[in-house]
Amino acid sequence: MISVDALSKRFGSMLAVDDVTFTAASGRVTGFLGPNGAGKSTTLRIMVGLTPATTGAATIDGRRFVDMPNPGREVGVLLDASAQHAGRTGREVLTLAALTMGLPGGRVQEMVELVGLTGQEADRRIRNYSLGMRQRLGVATALLGEPHTLILDEPANGLDPAGIRWMRDLLRSFADQGGTVLLSSHLLHEIEVVADDIIVIGGGRIVASGTKSELLAGAGTVVGTASPSILADAIGRLGHPAQIRSDGSLHTDLSPTVVGEMALSLGLALTELRAADGSGLEEIFLDLTHDTQREGALA
Amino acid sequence: MSTAVLADTSIGGASTRTLPSRIPLSRLVRVELRKMFDTRSGFWLMASIVITSLLATTALILIGEDSDLTFDNFAASIGAPMTIILPIVGILAVTSEWTQRSGLTTFTLVPHRGRVLGAKLLAALVVGVGSMGVALVVGTVGTVIGSAVAGVDPVWDGSVGETSRIVLGSVLGMTLGFALGVLIRSSSGAIVAYFVYTLALPPLLGLLAAYQEWFADLQPWVDYQYTASNLFADPALTGEQWQQVASVVGIWVVLPLLVGLVLVRRSEVK
Repeated sequence: MISVDALSKRFGSMLAVDDVTFTAASGRVTGFLGPNGAGKSTTLRIMVGLTPATTGAATIDGRRFVDMPNPGREVGVLLDASAQHAGRTGREVLTLAALTMGLPGGRVQEMVELVGLTGQEADRRIRNYSLGMRQRLGVATALLGEPHTLILDEPANGLDPAGIRWMRDLLRSFADQGGTVLLSSHLLHEIEVVADDIIVIGGGRIVASGTKSELLAGAGTVVGTASPSILADAIGRLGHPAQIRSDGSLHTDLSPTVVGEMALSLGLALTELRAADGSGLEEIFLDLTHDTQREGALA
Repeated sequence: MSTAVLADTSIGGASTRTLPSRIPLSRLVRVELRKMFDTRSGFWLMASIVITSLLATTALILIGEDSDLTFDNFAASIGAPMTIILPIVGILAVTSEWTQRSGLTTFTLVPHRGRVLGAKLLAALVVGVGSMGVALVVGTVGTVIGSAVAGVDPVWDGSVGETSRIVLGSVLGMTLGFALGVLIRSSSGAIVAYFVYTLALPPLLGLLAAYQEWFADLQPWVDYQYTASNLFADPALTGEQWQQVASVVGIWVVLPLLVGLVLVRRSEVK
């Protein structure tokens, strides 16, 4: 389990991470979602001791990362797949990590196969790698020490659709074996397909968190009717937002059940009534992060 | 894709196993040594130590007068290119982690930067002393072959004390490069700084000493090149000269190393 407690990081006058508290539970995939510059990477870097926190602390299974005698055996970390010596071969990078962790030599070949690099690709120098191959190599490095926690920053960047599918299955099976996974992304879809729990960060602050189903449930309802303004007024009288889109559909945060009953009592015929789908979370994401970004601009 | 492999290869999870023990320094030194050889540029930099010592030996045999073919001269001609190459080895051992960004992985696997840098320094010293060993062997072989080719008796005029001073001087030069690497943390920046310091500064300091008497007295205590060159020269050093060596090493090796260490521990590894 990962615990982040009241973590803040100040760079000069800029508060990059502002009082961030969350946990990532064992056996679950936790998605860390936020637009670029929201403080995701800084938070992850603080967790693994690359950046000192201004205040607060992060622990993994009850211990700080820097207190672990051999961290690679406990936590697999991938922060930037491009941060490797361009002149080394992929296999050499894995060998160096395996030597550092004190692992048997055969583990390198196992990982090369696990992440789907061919032997020929593993023997190529990294300057000739595509971003997708670098990501696979980075995942191999992270998994090398048989850790029980994974911390991955934007691991799906540069992967093709098959690669994203592969990453998703891999993280799923890691969590199903009881491991803890924390992965960040600025793309909602990537998080949505793999995460059990989602933490949304914007402007250095956590703006939403919960299980995926909780956050999706908050996505609200899409209603189609010939006279949306009547329904919108009724919803507005209940104190809930109702928005009429350019296509004439009405979006609200009430559940489909409540909206359906309101429409019935108003005598309105509905052409459409459904829970807002995946894009609902995207709206939350955009709204939340947009709000905090606007606040940041005004401040 | 490799779903089949995934099923029968352990990728971790919460499997129960014994807690790992602390990574021993000896293992870190081995890893750092390996890093100095495992890229093409690193490999050829190391190979250049052997290649230049062979070239220097051959050149001396071909060009030198019969009376030049002494062990002392062989050692000196091999040592000259090494005093340039070893500091670069020292610099790159540190800076490549930042310039090539591999430090992100290194300092995540070992979240104690002082330990990593200590292992790097030890690995660099192993290379430095090893290179001097190569130089001695090549110099010995050169003396034997050279005198045989010229038809003269081999002249073994190097003493143990002199040889150890040359080894010390070369290793100190390497440590100076290492310290600059820790301080500057950029391959190009540190190499430029090193050459400015070794090639551009000595004539300027020499001029200053020639025109300012106060500096002429001070120079042996503060000018690394001036004082360290005594280590490579013939007569044994006096007590005062050893103190001067300690002084310039303190200023140009220990001080930048300490400042660099403080900065490295605070810096962000990007």
